Amino acid sequence: MQTELKKRALELLGDGTVDRVIGWQTGEFSYDMTPAVFTSAEDVEKNFVYNDFCGANVSKYLIKECVKGGRILAFLKPCDTFSFNQLLAEHRVSREHVYIVGVACDGMADVQKMKAAGIDGIVGLTAENDTYRIETIYGDAEMKKSDALAERCLTCKSRRHAVHDELIGEEGEDRPDSGRFDMVAELEAMTAEERYNFWRGELSRCIRCNACRNVCPACTCENCVFDNAASGIAQKAAADTFEENMFHVIRAFHVAGRCTDCGECSRVCPAHIPLHLLNRKFIKDINELYGPYQAGADAGAKSPLTSYTFDDAEPSIVRERGRE
Amino acid sequence: MQRIGVFVCHCGTNIAGTVDVKAVAEALGREPSVVYSTDYTYMCSESGQNLIKDTIVSKKLTGVVICSCSPRMHEATFRKAAASVGLNPYMVEIANIREQCSWIHKDKAEATEKAIILGRAAIAKVQLNTPLTAGESPVVKRALVIGGGIAGIQTALDVAEAGFEVDIVEKKATIGGKMTQIDKTFPTLDCAACILTPKMVDCAQNEKIKIYSYSEIESVTGFVGNFTVKIRKKARFVDETKCTGCGLCTEKCPVKKVPNEFNLGMDNRRAIYIPFAQAVPKVATIDANYCNMLKNGKCGVCSKVCTAGAIDYKQTDTIVEEKYGAIVAATGFNPIDVSQYGEYAYNQSKDVITSLEFERLTNAAGPTSGTLLRPSDGKHPHTIVFVQCVGSRCTPEKGKSYCSKICCMYTAKHAMLTREKYPDTDVYVFYIDVRTPGKNFDEFYRRAVEDYGVHYIKGAVGKVSPRADGTLDVQASDLIMGEQLHINADLVVLAAAIEPDKSARPLATMLTASMDTNDFFTEAHPKLRPVESPTAGVFLSGMCQGPKDIPETVSQASACAAKVIGLLAKDKLSCNPCVAHSNENMCNGCSQCANVCPYGAITYEEKEFRMPDRTTRIRRVASVNPAVCQGCGACTVTCPSGAMDLYGFSNRQIMSEVDAICK
Amino acid sequence: MQVNDKTEFVPKIVAFCCNWCSYAGADLSGTNRLQYPANVKIIRVPCSCRVNPMFILRAFQRGADGVIICGCHPGDCHYTTGNFYARRRMTLLFSMLDYLGIERKRTRVEWVSAAEGAKFAATMNDFAAQINELGPNRRLEDLRCRQN
Repeated sequence: MQTELKKRALELLGDGTVDRVIGWQTGEFSYDMTPAVFTSAEDVEKNFVYNDFCGANVSKYLIKECVKGGRILAFLKPCDTFSFNQLLAEHRVSREHVYIVGVACDGMADVQKMKAAGIDGIVGLTAENDTYRIETIYGDAEMKKSDALAERCLTCKSRRHAVHDELIGEEGEDRPDSGRFDMVAELEAMTAEERYNFWRGELSRCIRCNACRNVCPACTCENCVFDNAASGIAQKAAADTFEENMFHVIRAFHVAGRCTDCGECSRVCPAHIPLHLLNRKFIKDINELYGPYQAGADAGAKSPLTSYTFDDAEPSIVRERGRE
Repeated sequence: MQRIGVFVCHCGTNIAGTVDVKAVAEALGREPSVVYSTDYTYMCSESGQNLIKDTIVSKKLTGVVICSCSPRMHEATFRKAAASVGLNPYMVEIANIREQCSWIHKDKAEATEKAIILGRAAIAKVQLNTPLTAGESPVVKRALVIGGGIAGIQTALDVAEAGFEVDIVEKKATIGGKMTQIDKTFPTLDCAACILTPKMVDCAQNEKIKIYSYSEIESVTGFVGNFTVKIRKKARFVDETKCTGCGLCTEKCPVKKVPNEFNLGMDNRRAIYIPFAQAVPKVATIDANYCNMLKNGKCGVCSKVCTAGAIDYKQTDTIVEEKYGAIVAATGFNPIDVSQYGEYAYNQSKDVITSLEFERLTNAAGPTSGTLLRPSDGKHPHTIVFVQCVGSRCTPEKGKSYCSKICCMYTAKHAMLTREKYPDTDVYVFYIDVRTPGKNFDEFYRRAVEDYGVHYIKGAVGKVSPRADGTLDVQASDLIMGEQLHINADLVVLAAAIEPDKSARPLATMLTASMDTNDFFTEAHPKLRPVESPTAGVFLSGMCQGPKDIPETVSQASACAAKVIGLLAKDKLSCNPCVAHSNENMCNGCSQCANVCPYGAITYEEKEFRMPDRTTRIRRVASVNPAVCQGCGACTVTCPSGAMDLYGFSNRQIMSEVDAICK
Repeated sequence: MQVNDKTEFVPKIVAFCCNWCSYAGADLSGTNRLQYPANVKIIRVPCSCRVNPMFILRAFQRGADGVIICGCHPGDCHYTTGNFYARRRMTLLFSMLDYLGIERKRTRVEWVSAAEGAKFAATMNDFAAQINELGPNRRLEDLRCRQN
């Protein structure tokens, strides 16, 4: 795959279709692939990488890139295209500044799962059919792909690109039966007490590093409310506990109806808090209450929180359903 | 730092009776930024207002908190007082310690504590208040009257008389409304048509009045002084400008069996029709449900006989868009459907009729040319039973809880006229109470009883059963005599309750005007502002606001016109300054706010910004048109960055109230 | 939580009322002298759609035991559509709070018209009784990052 992507990048740079490329390069660790912008053929030749560690969503970077002018080639995995479309709907990116090459994807690897399986010192990764061949400083290791795929990929909503100019690889399909709401449903089935204990346990590990916010393609505010003294909720100096308590609830609400469920928040969380389960709860509720809606599937669609019907469910429905 | 003055009102004993006002003033005096705190018997009185004004000046106050009645009552009064001595009126906040405290609590300690907390919340809010200036918006000098009954006609005539343009939108083919169907009017017994039709003609001839008949309201946008209304002119398949109203088509049309709604279906009309002789506008209308030409393209007789060439089978609905400064709802009423009351056998016997049907049976233009005949066999009825309160003053399951107000009087009228014209007829009226408040009303009713010998029986009709001989067995109780009665009646007349026209509810939604549970429009104030809706620029005329008779309707219609004229006479209105505004440094340009704005007040512009690194960047940012924004705040919650905020109800202000209450 | 001399639980209840319907309904219940508990405190907002979830969370975090939002009946909003948006927002927010294990009875939305003074008082009485039964709100205060 990497060879094909590189080849196409060089062609498009060469014929002047684009003047730069956004993709991935190796970060601090070789399993830590980081979005990067390449401005020359040499740069691409030397630094561009693509393998199953390239889970990072590059769409958010395009906000800045679109401002710069010119045209950029973006390699977008299916889930990245939903984010891109959502940003397009919110006028944060412009279509004409981006040339999108859709990259077929059947899931990205989760290095944590590999580490958990005792594989350390990773320096390289190749995928062969159902198996990952993992190069380590201690020699090669193997792992079944299904055991190493990221949770968000196992429950992937769609392997179809929401938007693209061309495709590399075979276009995938929507995966309505991937069971992405199973965990939410499991939580819903618990008692309130159990749910509370679950979330208290999870959220208490938060160190407020803001990684979730910074990576989130829906969190693109020029100035986050939590950084804005005039908002009345950001009072770091006064050590206000409000922000500490409510950060994740407010963040989830702010992206409700806009979150495409790309799962980046949970991927980057250093405390491994399953933050995507907050977003998925909103998505599940929206689907159930207001009809199926996928943010980013259609850049022209009206978001469920900026629309309504006369016969919408009353808030009392929360009291009437599920377990107390 | 603000300098805040706190003024605690006793409202006589209304507040002071349950709230220790001195303690409240004292406690609030200790709050931060409060430099003065006092109490007084009536803050809204002239001396109370002077106390506030003098203190603003002497203590150099920058903010004022008044602990008193609801801000809906006197906020405007106190703001005006502050403004008169140079303090921005929006630096005044009210703590509602009467309606929301002293009046609902009995325990003085509890009420006092609550009053202090409410005062604290107001102080916390006023700390963050900023002076606001009201903008101005122009007034479109044209009024819209929705409904062309006597209420709408009177309002339109009065507004036109004052020199303003008025449009009447009437959904039926003619204006005139229910009054056209009434024979005589109580208590004077003058003929309804004789007093109504000249007014209808006046409307048609007044050059300030434009009548959209056979038309309905499609949509309403905008706000007081600046409404934009789309009117659907339904296709009548007759060119109004060409039709002379000669009526030839209505005689030649081969479709003869169309129930005539003007006579409540008691006779027939043609598929092309003019509702009645004095219709305004007097033009024909084709009923598309019955016309052969429109249904299957076979006929075309009317087109052939029309010398004016007015028939146009291809006509479609058209939408007209107009701008108005004021809108009057005059949508009127209908009698309820009485077939739901099986005990009265309305569906079983043609000789059980409603009072409005009775009007048509006694009207010279009615199906019997004014001779009272039984609908079943066309014979003179000799015993007539009138049943009062059919569906009025009921439990909610059975009907309307309210009194329909007009039935007692029109039944007295019917009874009296029957006895006068047909002295051989026995007339019974069954009633719960006879209600006759009104000029010459009781005298009128007593004449029916004393001079005309109408049998008034206090009691309820339990059952009406058709008998084999064609008469009706009326089973009733006489509550005064304490006995059960059976009356062999030829005709039973039901005084059906009235209800607002069904078009009123969707109209209220379009106008954002509120309604009560019975679908009557609500007034801005039940006593002091009875002809205004709480929605600015929307006025109420006639039955749409509540049951009333013709003289009341006409006086309310004229009162309504006076209010409309008062509005249209202004060149400019000052706008509500509590509107949304966007901090462009924080705005992402995501358009979510524009998506929820009901007024289209938010637009976007590409603006150049200097970045911290001295480069410039073009960004898409929201901007709010303060003249169009009405200040609902929908956008402020949609905005994730908090760039959008509301003057007068800012995030921080509300948050500080929350904090003060939860402290 | 307030504690009175008998040290029994007196909940704090914040009621956000829209200016046009529910605040007027609250006034009407005052005019009609219909009682409801003094621990219900009303904050006036122009429309139920002005109620930001942050206000609700803030109230809980600052010690409120129940929060109720009152607006015009759907279809009767003074601003035409405000309460429709509020209805969706509050439904989703309440569902999220429930999902986090916060007692679902601590939040409520009621549509109260300007004519429904009796409904306003009855609603507040009912809601206050419910919150009384639930006891003090602890969960939302304790649901925090970096618990210490």
